[in-house]
Amino acid sequence: MNSTDFSELRLEGVSRTFGRSAALTDLSLTVERGEFVALLGPSGGGKSTALNCLAGLLPLTGGTISLDDRRIDLLPPERRGFGMIFQNYALFPHLTVRGNIAFGLKMRKVPKDEMERRVDSALELVQLTEHADKQPGQLSGGQQQRVAIARAVVVEPPIVLMDEPLSNLDAKLRHEMRAEIRRLHKTLGLTTVYVTHDQEEALSLADRLVVLNGGRVQQIGTPEEVYLEPVNSFVADFMGYRNLLEMTAMGVDGDRLRLVGEGIELAAIPGDLDALNGPVTVAMRPEDLIVGQPMENQFRAIVTSVEYQGRDFEVQAVASSGAKLFLRTEKRLAIDQAISIGIKPDRIMVYPASSSLADGQSLRAHEREAV
Amino acid sequence: MAALTTAGPSKSGLTPPPLQHLSLRHRLAERGLDRMIWLALPGFLFVLALFVYPAVYGIMLSFQPNDESGVFGNYVEFFTDKYLFDTIGNTFRIALPAALFNVMAAVPLALVMRGRVRGKRTINTILIVPISLGTVLVAEGLLTYLGPQGWLNRTLMAVGIIDEPLRLVHNMWGVIISLIITGFPFAFLLTLSYITGINPKMEEAASTLGAGPWQRFSKVTLPLVAPGLAITFCLTFVLAFSVFPSAVLLGNPAGDSHVLSVAASQAAFQRYDFPLATTISIITAVVELTVVALVLLWRSRMYRGSSAGKG
Repeated sequence: MNSTDFSELRLEGVSRTFGRSAALTDLSLTVERGEFVALLGPSGGGKSTALNCLAGLLPLTGGTISLDDRRIDLLPPERRGFGMIFQNYALFPHLTVRGNIAFGLKMRKVPKDEMERRVDSALELVQLTEHADKQPGQLSGGQQQRVAIARAVVVEPPIVLMDEPLSNLDAKLRHEMRAEIRRLHKTLGLTTVYVTHDQEEALSLADRLVVLNGGRVQQIGTPEEVYLEPVNSFVADFMGYRNLLEMTAMGVDGDRLRLVGEGIELAAIPGDLDALNGPVTVAMRPEDLIVGQPMENQFRAIVTSVEYQGRDFEVQAVASSGAKLFLRTEKRLAIDQAISIGIKPDRIMVYPASSSLADGQSLRAHEREAV
Repeated sequence: MAALTTAGPSKSGLTPPPLQHLSLRHRLAERGLDRMIWLALPGFLFVLALFVYPAVYGIMLSFQPNDESGVFGNYVEFFTDKYLFDTIGNTFRIALPAALFNVMAAVPLALVMRGRVRGKRTINTILIVPISLGTVLVAEGLLTYLGPQGWLNRTLMAVGIIDEPLRLVHNMWGVIISLIITGFPFAFLLTLSYITGINPKMEEAASTLGAGPWQRFSKVTLPLVAPGLAITFCLTFVLAFSVFPSAVLLGNPAGDSHVLSVAASQAAFQRYDFPLATTISIITAVVELTVVALVLLWRSRMYRGSSAGKG
């Protein structure tokens, strides 16, 4: 049974409601073989629901899932054969490390000697050979998660599903395991769907991101696309555009879109925004705000807090209107210092006012575009 | 900075306290012994007066037979008198099936009831009510319900399943049924708490690894819940093994329901042979403890750690 032999996993209009509340609405996504797709979003965004629907642990209330031409959304999890890695590892505490890894092969009635061989190579892969006969309880969190990964990949599943696998680990281990997951994905040629709320993790691991909020897809795209060109202010906020200002677009002047509000005047690049007049949400990244350099967009603010972050400072300031601004700078600033802030026009993102959560209309346009 | 480094440890501040005094208190505290221990005294005296003393007294008494048959006379009498000796087998024949049934029936029910079930509280209440009913009440009810003229037999005969009434009372079946009705709620509650302690993610993991419902149960849930089931079995077995009222009321205390407790009661209150009655009680305890010890020995070879999912 070589189940890795497929070309694409297709989700069409996958939906799940709990009673009257919709946990996931209309998720359509095609995952190519060998791809690493991250489902990214805040808690309650629908990403774990999507993963559980994919694994078969949660029945759909709408839509279909198919592997090539085979419809699989009505199959129970044990007949889909997807590997799954859980946040809390979910190792079998009564079995040894070896017993845990062999579990899936036993269920598939793999002959004994082949099983031994595959378990050994899986142990080697996650560098746990010397711990093979220990109980999971005797291992550290990182080692337990490596057992869980080995247990899932040893059966060579067509798709590997990972449900926030790193969020129980400390920061240093998380970095190491991230590299390890990436390495395994490459060397084993896995197709991975990865759920996380950590944008950094998603950006560094995935070939493609699916940003979810309120059970709806906000944006699908490569890490670069999502990071540099968020389609709405929710995605922008999630991708680190911490400065979200409600301003008014005053129309195009030459090749600049004029923005006014919060006592600030800005000039941005006019994108494919429909309304060039009226209320907009303006998003700017803290690291794009530059202190004390003469440039096109200049406005003044008063420093209210300075946090030393090692490489640079995280600074909060208020504009004359009282709007709060976040910026990062290597300059040592003092509280109550008056500073002049500038930003390049192409680093200002402009969205229709509050285009995030419920604005289905504009979202669907983006979805079509992204898919 | 300079002030800090030169200040150094002040001499008076580091004078060690009287070492022996302190270390004794600390050593005691390490073992959980402090003045709090006096709170245990009343309980300790209570156990001494009402458990240890009577037990020791009983053991001594069993070695002092009423007749001149020597120190082990009572034990010799018990093991040579077939009518007395058979009580061990009679008790096992009643207690073992009842305890096994209680545990085995509790498992599937607990598996269903751990999830989200409509009317869970009502069902749990109905299952638990028999605990609050006295044995005598249950026995009286069963006598009429299961008797030759009871609803059950009349219904079965009316439907045509049986031609003559099933004999379900005044024999060991009545006792077993009564033990199931009163013992099952205990077994169910214990089993439910053991099963809900298992992280459901573990079964989900098993299913994504290809395990079907039966394999999930036999390879994951059962091994994890088995130590709890062993304890549950011990408790229901001990409860059933010392059965007395239902053996007298629902059984045939002169025949197949002549259990150890009935024999002890007859020795004490019909023959006024207290040493023999005590002997029978001690034999009951030894048999019970042997079974419990065997079950716990078997349990000690199972995985008994956390089954909450994280190591």
